[in-house]
Amino acid sequence: MASPGASFIKGTLVGIVSWALLTTLSHIHIRHEGLLQNHRHRHLPPPGGKEFLNLLDATRSQLNRSIRVLCVILGEWEDQSDWAVLKKTWTKHCDGAELVRAKSDDRWIQMRDTYKYVFGKYGYNYSWYFVTLPTTFAVIENLKYFLLTRDAWQPFYLGHTALSGDLEYVTAEGGIVLSIESMKRFIQRLLNDQSCSDPNLIWNLAYDRQLALCLKNAGILAENAEDFEGKNVFNTKPIAYLIQEAMLGYPQQIVKGCCSDMAITFNGLTPEKMEVMMYGVYRLRAFGHHFNDSLVFLPPHGSKND
Amino acid sequence: MASKSWLNFLTFLCGSAIGFFLCSQLFSILLGEQDDTQPNILHNDPHARHSDDIGQNHLEGQMNFNADSSQHKDENTDIAENLYQKVKILCWVMTGPQNLEKKAKHVKATWAQRCNKVLFMSSEENKDFPTVGLKTKEGRDQLYWKTIKAFQYVHDHYLEDADWFMKADDDTYVILDNLRWLLSKYDPERPIYFGRRFKPYVKQGYMSGGAGYVLSKEALRRFVDAFKTEKCTHSSSIEDLALGKCMEIINVEAGDSRDTTGKETFHPFVPEHHLIKGFLPRTFWYWNYNYYPAIEGPGCCSDLAISFHYVDSTTMYELEYLVYHLRPYGYLYRYQPALPENILKKISQLNKDEDPKVKLGNR
Repeated sequence: MASPGASFIKGTLVGIVSWALLTTLSHIHIRHEGLLQNHRHRHLPPPGGKEFLNLLDATRSQLNRSIRVLCVILGEWEDQSDWAVLKKTWTKHCDGAELVRAKSDDRWIQMRDTYKYVFGKYGYNYSWYFVTLPTTFAVIENLKYFLLTRDAWQPFYLGHTALSGDLEYVTAEGGIVLSIESMKRFIQRLLNDQSCSDPNLIWNLAYDRQLALCLKNAGILAENAEDFEGKNVFNTKPIAYLIQEAMLGYPQQIVKGCCSDMAITFNGLTPEKMEVMMYGVYRLRAFGHHFNDSLVFLPPHGSKND
Repeated sequence: MASKSWLNFLTFLCGSAIGFFLCSQLFSILLGEQDDTQPNILHNDPHARHSDDIGQNHLEGQMNFNADSSQHKDENTDIAENLYQKVKILCWVMTGPQNLEKKAKHVKATWAQRCNKVLFMSSEENKDFPTVGLKTKEGRDQLYWKTIKAFQYVHDHYLEDADWFMKADDDTYVILDNLRWLLSKYDPERPIYFGRRFKPYVKQGYMSGGAGYVLSKEALRRFVDAFKTEKCTHSSSIEDLALGKCMEIINVEAGDSRDTTGKETFHPFVPEHHLIKGFLPRTFWYWNYNYYPAIEGPGCCSDLAISFHYVDSTTMYELEYLVYHLRPYGYLYRYQPALPENILKKISQLNKDEDPKVKLGNR
């Protein structure tokens, strides 16, 4: 019959051993889980206050000047009238803007050619390349705010992501943001005619998915851009659609549930809706609400609708 | 015998628990907290380059920047709150039993909260919504009756609770902050009312019913009094025109509600119908009705618009989002109007310690 003391010592030993086993096993499990999580869905939050506070006054000013965004609009195959309304509205707020007309009805070929063309023309003059469809409205100030503390020499590829099997890709409808580093690697792959251009390997895949695959082979992964509450800042639908979804999904908090305060894009807009957005975003506001923003963006020269 | 093995078992359990606990504590003390799971790990570290670039000096407390910034934590609403106290507005919304769920509900969920006091006027009382029962019938021909009775009710119960009295429909969207900015320039004891001014039939013009209109306290007194003394009667069922005729009779001035650049603030339609050239055909009644030259395109509408009409439920929330939520970060708006002198003085006294806004860079 074992004495109480011996039992106690045996118990302690068993406790120690089982703790050791448990910790080792859980470390292995967590590491595995963590990797899976990172590859499943990558979240990209906005710049945090601490990052701003750590920036020197002069550095912030340099950053503001060094964030140069080229807006590239993928023209429709059929419709050639898109450019007029886009030129009159939000693209005035880009550092540079190009509408590239479709010369092929194959969207992937059009996309590849567009990227090659704009990179060939502008190269390193812009730190960010932002590709949208003609039905997308973008608030460039919010895009710049989002990109403010991100280094364009890192391979960023962000927007509104979706999953195609295992592949996370940035949807064309939400707008595709590539840093200059990503552009460099992507164009290199295109020119060297590696797996990006092989039609057999990526047969019948949608063009924005093909882009993701090509970038993945260059070591670049898609990231979903979100605000501090986890809401998407790139939207693939117009505001009215998202509001109707919210009316069904969160009827108590429709406006908060619908869309981010720092939204960058909405898609599916007619030319008329683009004009309304110019007024709604850049002019219409409530008197007496002042914001302590750490940057100032001036309105474009000689413009009447913003 | 049984109790002894029970005791042994218990001590065994105690020992293992203590052994487990001690080890985990020891481990965490020795190695500190290690968090292996960071769901927001970026494979690109934005700090990697910056730490090389930054010098030794740090920006010392010049920025009023909250650590957990979101678009609204940086928001300073002092002026808006000040105006809320200084310019008290009672809103009453014209509605009916069949529109409570379809329309009035969305007004209640959005702009109505910003009135100092809001009342929903219906033919019948509804204690749950709540609505005031005016004891009329429903229908277009009842609109002026409802208006007269509604103003009567407001006058009898709430005259001293507000300076200005706004009427709106259940498909009107009103931006109260901008209404307060307009009204802050005027004395509520002055007999005046504001809205979208139309020119036919009434010499000084009258205000569009759908775009909403707002009476000063003195104007409300005179209007209610006019029905008691029969200076005004229920002369027609066209609410806005009949009211406008009464206003002229009782010497209440039809005010100019346009902003300092001459742009209209009260709108009888949704933004799209005013902003898009050619949307309203040239033969449409609207062009002949407007008191001031009507403009289509960006000149149609003030940045500080006060109302829009024929707003469906989705558009209510869309306007709420565009006015109070979505904004272009750091954007310097072109139109920068000032507050009237008297209000400015009061506010500068209150906000002596306001941080200077730091401007950095431009395009």
